[in-house]
Amino acid sequence: MSAAPRLSHPGINLGPSHPETQRKSGELLFGFWVFLMSDAIVFGLLFATYAAMLHARAGGPGPQKLYDIESAFIETFALLSSSFTFGMASLALKYGKRQGPLIGWLLATMCLGGLFLRLEVGDFLSMLHQGAGPGRSAYLSAFFALVPLHGLHVLSGIIWMTALILQIRRYGVDREVKLGLLRLGLFWHFLDIVWVVIFSFVYLGGLA
Amino acid sequence: MSPDDGMKGDRAEYTRELRGYILGYGLAILLTLVPFGLLNWHVLAEYGLYLAIGVCALVQVIVHFRFFLHIDPPRQNVDDLHLILFSALLLFFMIAGTIWILSSLAARTG
Repeated sequence: MSAAPRLSHPGINLGPSHPETQRKSGELLFGFWVFLMSDAIVFGLLFATYAAMLHARAGGPGPQKLYDIESAFIETFALLSSSFTFGMASLALKYGKRQGPLIGWLLATMCLGGLFLRLEVGDFLSMLHQGAGPGRSAYLSAFFALVPLHGLHVLSGIIWMTALILQIRRYGVDREVKLGLLRLGLFWHFLDIVWVVIFSFVYLGGLA
Repeated sequence: MSPDDGMKGDRAEYTRELRGYILGYGLAILLTLVPFGLLNWHVLAEYGLYLAIGVCALVQVIVHFRFFLHIDPPRQNVDDLHLILFSALLLFFMIAGTIWILSSLAARTG
């Protein structure tokens, strides 16, 4: 580990074999990191609201009745694995000379993200069918402010990934594409961290 | 990415970074299986269970920061670390303050 080079920004550092990207990446990624930290504040406050409203159920259903542990478990695995496949895409970007593996890992990440969203939308629909929509109680308003906001972030990550794949096909892996992939990587891994907190405190904490 | 088709950069660094992702993924899976398993098989009583879930979540967040976001304090750019610590401090004040004030309000008016 002692030979490891210094890191100029969060996330994977492309290093000296990508000189034209490495020169710009420090400042751009710091800016994106500021955005992510402000996004973390938004999620943090929605978590606090959820915690404060957890018992404000107005006679409506609670977590024990509404959450499905199996679905939460598969969603967690899909998102965790998608973080790993994005990591492999980052390595293919940094060390690979061809586009194939990079695009392959990005497509795998998109599929896992899509699976996550598919299951999550199923969860929300089943809650709505039980009459447990955001209008039912303060607890459910807080739930539907927090969890679907994370889902929307995942959806925007998938749209962003699609745009980057199209850019790779159209322009090749140029500097702009590399900088985009570095930022998307931070975004995607950040969303996984938010999900860790959601599955632990909302789902597991609610069912405990 | 087989070794034959040529590689950019340093082979040793590639191996080190690949190991990092695999180790991070393995730890993340372990730290997910433990709390789900504890809940599913009712191993612990209520407070022990809450504590175990909280500890696993905290450790897993640190694992993600370290292995996926590559936050590695001795090697890191100091601005990034300051930003993370400052955001964590703000988050602590805002979350603790919100829960404290709102639950106190609920107790007084409920």
